[in-house]
Amino acid sequence: MAISGVLRPGFVQIRVLDMAESIIHYRDRIGLEMVGTEADGRVYLKAYDEFDRHSIILRECDEAGLDVMAFKVSNETYLDEYEEKLRGQGFEVTAIAAGEQPGVGRRISFMAPTGHRFDLYVDMELSDNGPMTNNPDVSQLDPRGMKALRFDHCLLYGGDIDGTKKVFEDILGFSTSEVVVDDDTGMIIALFLTCSNKAHDLALVRHEEDGKLHHVSFLVEDWTSLRDAADIMTRYDISRDIGPTRHGITRGQTIYFFDPSGNRNEVFSGGYAYYPDNPLRVWQASSVGKAIFYYERELNDRFMTVVT
Amino acid sequence: MMNKGFQISIQGSDKIVTCREDESLLSGLARYGQKEVPAGCRQGGCGVCKIRVLKGEFETGKMSIKHVSAMEKDMNFTLACKTFPKSDMVITVNIKGDRKWQ
Repeated sequence: MAISGVLRPGFVQIRVLDMAESIIHYRDRIGLEMVGTEADGRVYLKAYDEFDRHSIILRECDEAGLDVMAFKVSNETYLDEYEEKLRGQGFEVTAIAAGEQPGVGRRISFMAPTGHRFDLYVDMELSDNGPMTNNPDVSQLDPRGMKALRFDHCLLYGGDIDGTKKVFEDILGFSTSEVVVDDDTGMIIALFLTCSNKAHDLALVRHEEDGKLHHVSFLVEDWTSLRDAADIMTRYDISRDIGPTRHGITRGQTIYFFDPSGNRNEVFSGGYAYYPDNPLRVWQASSVGKAIFYYERELNDRFMTVVT
Repeated sequence: MMNKGFQISIQGSDKIVTCREDESLLSGLARYGQKEVPAGCRQGGCGVCKIRVLKGEFETGKMSIKHVSAMEKDMNFTLACKTFPKSDMVITVNIKGDRKWQ
């Protein structure tokens, strides 16, 4: 098997200011399925093309942002290996018992040098509403809203992105597909990590404050789906950041917009297929406009400053 | 009867903007192309449009406590995107915040 170890981004837990508004946003506008609400108030959702039970968790809080991003791992042997290596590198690893989230097996949890909490787990129950497997139709449930296929990746902001890069590369087996570097010093300003065939599964931007969320991204089918998503954003007066446009980095097509708590979302399509033998793609900071927004060729005011 | 709106002035600026009763201060300013108060997420989460109200009545929606603490709220700090004028207002953007002011 080619892909082993860390398989993909599995779930994120997002802090929201108002649960009722957030459910309308994620369920009706982005088009996720409601999985359930638990006694602690957390709301679980999934995209229609995901097999696993849930991928998006909303937690009501008086401060927006990201609680945790979790990756699914192929088997327990890898999970044990990661735990040992993380501890060996001096990270505090917390064990989270199976069942802390419904349908999810044991997790290990650590705080990355950029101040983001990451969880790793092997088991999650399959959803009854996942993709069909027997003479499968394209979808079991009728796609709704922006027709998000899956939770795709996150872009996170923090200080020591070199440190977090090292953890993901050296311990968790990720590769770096692209970087943005300072023209003069070569210091990495932004980097794009992949554990798969995707151009990125996790992206990091250097920022003065740790633990920040830039966006949670959802895959949609194609460029036309982005047009339809943009129609929905105007129809329902959703706060839009930029797009439809394209990223130079990953070559993905994109719209950035905000959930009702100010957490940035993305609908994303395309992007090249990555293989671990691909050479690193490098952008000079002087070309960062084109790297981030390929058509505008310049950053907007919000790209570097607006995070939760 | 449709309210004609409220007059919003920014301290240190001679421009006065009319803000409708059914829209946020930030939306009102944006309609006039005002850039004194920058727009971020427009949802009360990022804190970029933080201002202080010097005069006037207003209501607020939900805002991230990271950007407007309870004490700051008492001192009339607020986020323009979640501030809804209830009278004419005077605001200032030259406050100590978590972004560089132009």
